[in-house]
Amino acid sequence: MSKRVGLEASHAAAEAARMADVDVIAAYPITPQTHIPERLAEMVADGELEAAYIPVESEHSALSACLGSAAVGARTFTATAGQGLELMHEVVYVASSMRYPIVMTVCNRALSAPLSVWGDHSDAMAVRDTGWIQVFCQNNQEAFDLTLWAFRVGEDPRVLLPVMVHFDGFSLSHVTEPVFLPEQEEVNKFLPRFQYPFALDPDKPMTHGAFGPPDIYSETKAAQEVALRKSKEVILQGWREFGDVFGRYYEPVESYGTEGARLLLLTMGSFSETAKAAVDTRKSKGESVGLINLRLWRPFPFSELRRAVKDAETLVVFDRCISFGGPGGPVCSEVRSALYNEKKRPVVVSFVGGLGGRDVSVKDFEYVIERGREVAQTGSKELFEMVGVRGQVTGIRG
Amino acid sequence: MTDKRLKAGSDLTWRDIEVGNIVTEAGNACARKTGDWRTERPMLDKEKCTKCALCWLYCPDAAIKPAEEGYYVADLDYCKGCGICANICPVGAITMTEEEEK
Repeated sequence: MSKRVGLEASHAAAEAARMADVDVIAAYPITPQTHIPERLAEMVADGELEAAYIPVESEHSALSACLGSAAVGARTFTATAGQGLELMHEVVYVASSMRYPIVMTVCNRALSAPLSVWGDHSDAMAVRDTGWIQVFCQNNQEAFDLTLWAFRVGEDPRVLLPVMVHFDGFSLSHVTEPVFLPEQEEVNKFLPRFQYPFALDPDKPMTHGAFGPPDIYSETKAAQEVALRKSKEVILQGWREFGDVFGRYYEPVESYGTEGARLLLLTMGSFSETAKAAVDTRKSKGESVGLINLRLWRPFPFSELRRAVKDAETLVVFDRCISFGGPGGPVCSEVRSALYNEKKRPVVVSFVGGLGGRDVSVKDFEYVIERGREVAQTGSKELFEMVGVRGQVTGIRG
Repeated sequence: MTDKRLKAGSDLTWRDIEVGNIVTEAGNACARKTGDWRTERPMLDKEKCTKCALCWLYCPDAAIKPAEEGYYVADLDYCKGCGICANICPVGAITMTEEEEK
């Protein structure tokens, strides 16, 4: 029997790491992720969790310590946000290239300058191509569930890849919601012990991190790319089995009220719940609208997305990040590329908003739906439009 | 030696690459011949050589090996031509000579 408790997403993620019985935590505190390492440090100090907590001097060191820990086959967890993720950037690539199944929570935060500790998806987009499996949580329950699931998928011998679990800074990390926590026996049923086949062992010497001259580097990258794409089978299997044990089933692309909808709104993360409320309001007024919540970000769920939007006339993508000088919001660009070769595809419209913790309300999403429909019909001079910015933004031209 | 990496790199397809490019066996640096990095090769003058073995001791790649009659000779499959042996030789028995284009 699971119990229903009030938890902020940070504590839900820490609880998931505890129930996963992690062996090593190496993290450096940074707003808005601070509550995660704080809570885990407390658990270790109080004897609630038998793990090594490594208090490092920076995020670069945090993830570097995680590499070493994963290399000996220890279940490894870390968490960061915004500038912290930027500081660990080079190690982010190393973790996936060396195929270490580290689980990392990212409490999504804007990037400096100007200094902002508040939420948006700029940090996540900067690590888009680093080769990690990446998912976005919509609420605190997902923060718990997807963290637990991340260990299962990443550590699967068919996968052996690190997993990033993204949730929005403050709007999830610091907000208390009811979360169902399972019994330890249920967790144990879902999550086997981590058995890393290449664990470093003095009695069986091997080399991790050999250098790759030009005659081997391309083959190594090809193998890594195939591994990340193939991980999708295990991702889906993991979600099916998660549902069988805990009763909550997840999909890479979640469709909300999309049946027969002519206009679809697409969002990621906690904004999806706000957008759902806007979709409900508009539906009650007789409009033909629905919502797509993109949960799996990498590997990108091409077939699921195409299936989900194939009957829509308009697809309005809402990004929480600017791709400076680029063709639109980064999520929108990916979505457009995914649909480009389809014979029948919706008109795709790009909006950017919610930057640096700027609130986007139900009313704002209603505006996005309305304006999106207008742009799809009449076109816009701008490659994308910004929402909730004082003064009309012009000059975003191709 | 069963390690996949012991094949020459150019024989490997992406399917042959071990997870994370891990080398699962130790002691296989000899599989990679580094002699073609060399632009100068050490030439030994046996008349001057006193067989003191300093070149053997100082070679950072363990490419100088004991040879017949107590001399020490560079294994050109691995010698990168760094010249440390020539520099350390107390009697000037080793000279670095430019590799010629073939």
